[in-house]
Amino acid sequence: MNINPEHIWDGALEKLKTWARINSPWAIHYNSGSCNGCDIEILATLTPRYDLERVGVKLQGSPRHADILICTGPVTLQSRERLKRIYEQMPEPKFVVAVGSCAISGGAFQGCYNIVGHVDAVIPVDVYIPGCPPRPEAIIDGVVKLLESLKKTDGRAQSTDDRLQNTDNRSQTADAGQ
Amino acid sequence: MEANKFIVPIGPQHPALKEPGHFEFTVDGEVVTNATIRLGYVHRGVERGTEDRTWVQNLYLIERICGICSHIHATAYALGVEKLAGVTAPPRAQAIRELFCELERIHSHLLWVGVAAHEAGFDALFMYSWRDRETVMDLLEGLSGNRVHYSCNLLGGVKFDIDEAQRDAILRGLDFLEQRTHHYLDVVTNDAAFLRRTRGVGMMTREQAIEYGAVGPVARASGVARDVRVDAPYLAYDQFPVNTIIDTAGDLEARFAVRVRELFESYRVIREILDKLPPGELAAKMPRKMPPGEAISRVEAPRGELFYFIKSNGGDKPERVKVRTPSICNFGSVGRLTIGHQLADAPMILAGIDPCFSCNDRVVVVSTK
Repeated sequence: MNINPEHIWDGALEKLKTWARINSPWAIHYNSGSCNGCDIEILATLTPRYDLERVGVKLQGSPRHADILICTGPVTLQSRERLKRIYEQMPEPKFVVAVGSCAISGGAFQGCYNIVGHVDAVIPVDVYIPGCPPRPEAIIDGVVKLLESLKKTDGRAQSTDDRLQNTDNRSQTADAGQ
Repeated sequence: MEANKFIVPIGPQHPALKEPGHFEFTVDGEVVTNATIRLGYVHRGVERGTEDRTWVQNLYLIERICGICSHIHATAYALGVEKLAGVTAPPRAQAIRELFCELERIHSHLLWVGVAAHEAGFDALFMYSWRDRETVMDLLEGLSGNRVHYSCNLLGGVKFDIDEAQRDAILRGLDFLEQRTHHYLDVVTNDAAFLRRTRGVGMMTREQAIEYGAVGPVARASGVARDVRVDAPYLAYDQFPVNTIIDTAGDLEARFAVRVRELFESYRVIREILDKLPPGELAAKMPRKMPPGEAISRVEAPRGELFYFIKSNGGDKPERVKVRTPSICNFGSVGRLTIGHQLADAPMILAGIDPCFSCNDRVVVVSTK
């Protein structure tokens, strides 16, 4: 076995980072065209009855501090570039949670002229939480499932370039479909 | 750009509000000298979307214009379509609709008290009011099965009846909320630290409120008695009337006080409705195609007057649905009111009108130059 003394702590450090990441993920929230219903349920998730902070999730103001992007609503033409920019500003590794039927499929707004469609057509999504809007319990469940899945993958996500490539392919297909 | 001027851009993703909007505050030191607002990030094209859907399908699309005041949107639409068809919903349905409207107002105002307190940095009040708001969310869920989009309306009536158990649950919930609301009224009118953020901030005189076309609680806090529930009663508001709550101060404190005091009116009206709920059918029969014609309907949403114009060409789909939401009327005042205030007060003044971006996605630029 060949042990490189310079990288002897790398594995341990990686484990430590994963542990820290899973125990205190910071989230930001962006409404890309939602009706508000999901947004108030996300807020309700953070307030005393449901209290998402007890699983360590804290809502942050800036994408540069965030691990998780909680995204609601169908993506409108205006917010598409913004959503991409917010995603690109987040540091690696980053995860996206799509909340609500609209974020998953366009929901009730399918066919409206100013809708790009689902969040998946613009940025890669890790967890989908269905519902119109999902109950706070469902949002907590989705976030906890994301954290559980991080334990299995050692907290590493697929590299962003690959994922964006996949998304570009998807959105091109979506554009062609329209 | 002048040497001592600086533009602070905020948004569309920003920590203060949960919805996207872009603001540019020109500041001289800490004082705001000009404000530009850019909306439209949540413009989805709902009005055009209604023309591709049948009358019944639209009920569900229109409910999703706004997640906070979803019932009042659907009610306004249903009232308009019923007017077109020449059908009146049975009295019991009207009373149940009014009950939902008032429960929705309670949830919306409690939500707003929390969010506005959060903008002031008063997170304790935010957490308390949102904890208590869960009481009314439970009541709405108990009645309709959903916390946000209740889907209680049908064209011609309502889906849900109220039984004894639900009635008792509502009364118990209201007793708890009423007691808590007394506490909130005490906090927003007496807490010294909080008053320094609200008293005299964002002053709008009666004349200004009329000039800017303010509606709802914002206008009523400036002494303008404008309330569709009183001026042109719809649903069962002539049978179960509400009193207009007015404050003449016109500052943020008044906007807090008006909304909190409106809660007491809502509690009173709900108790009255439950006491004298008219018996009878829940829904009247509606045609699938509406006769050609035009109808308007005006209702009082939690944020002010909501206006619907509906035009039919005799088919099973509307030819045009025009929605005028209260937030858009109130937005005109925000840019003007922030001028001369500290930048730190700007989120408070903005929150003071209870902005709902998903409702008002029709404006592009409001400049006060």
